[in-house]
Amino acid sequence: MIEIAKKSSSELRFLTPTKVELSGKKKYCRFKKMRIKYIDYKDPVFLMRFLNEQGKLLPRRITGNSLKFQRKVATAVKRARHIALLPYVSDLLK
Amino acid sequence: MKNSYETVLILNPVLSEDQVKESIDKFNGLLKSFKSDLVFKKLWGLKKLKYTIQNKKTGFYVLFEYKMDPNQIHDFEIELKRDERVMRFLTVKLDKHAVTYEENKRNKKAIK
Repeated sequence: MIEIAKKSSSELRFLTPTKVELSGKKKYCRFKKMRIKYIDYKDPVFLMRFLNEQGKLLPRRITGNSLKFQRKVATAVKRARHIALLPYVSDLLK
Repeated sequence: MKNSYETVLILNPVLSEDQVKESIDKFNGLLKSFKSDLVFKKLWGLKKLKYTIQNKKTGFYVLFEYKMDPNQIHDFEIELKRDERVMRFLTVKLDKHAVTYEENKRNKKAIK
């Protein structure tokens, strides 16, 4: 009996919508806000902000960049990788 | 009509200082022979590479900013490819935002 009760409660959990905590801050594109028009590929320290630990590009839904600047970030990172300022593959980049 | 370009070279770290100077002079001469206007030149010096190129962990970085006829870029890059001392290079066309950015960067440093 106790098991059944447990089961039903666990099933109930999925029937009721999970609470999503909304943070008050809205995401924004830092380049638009700061009026940066050119992203320098020679500055690996700055480009690190858009990479995860393996050196992969972070998606837009996390960085909050607008599409226009996400594309520019991507090209800048790729250029930096070509001239060995950033790694193509790595572990524990940060 | 000339466009603004920027080239980053990675030279072989095995070279002696004289050889580095000589090769940089050579590239300067090359740029002149292609009738380009050199805007800015900078040596970043010996830097660690994030991954090995030709089994080497360091490289000597050189940066050129210049204005050149777009038809000549291809020939210029071929000259770079032929040079054994150049491990890797990257040529980028600079748009107007990039040009102002580079200028600001230089002016800031000059004030400091």
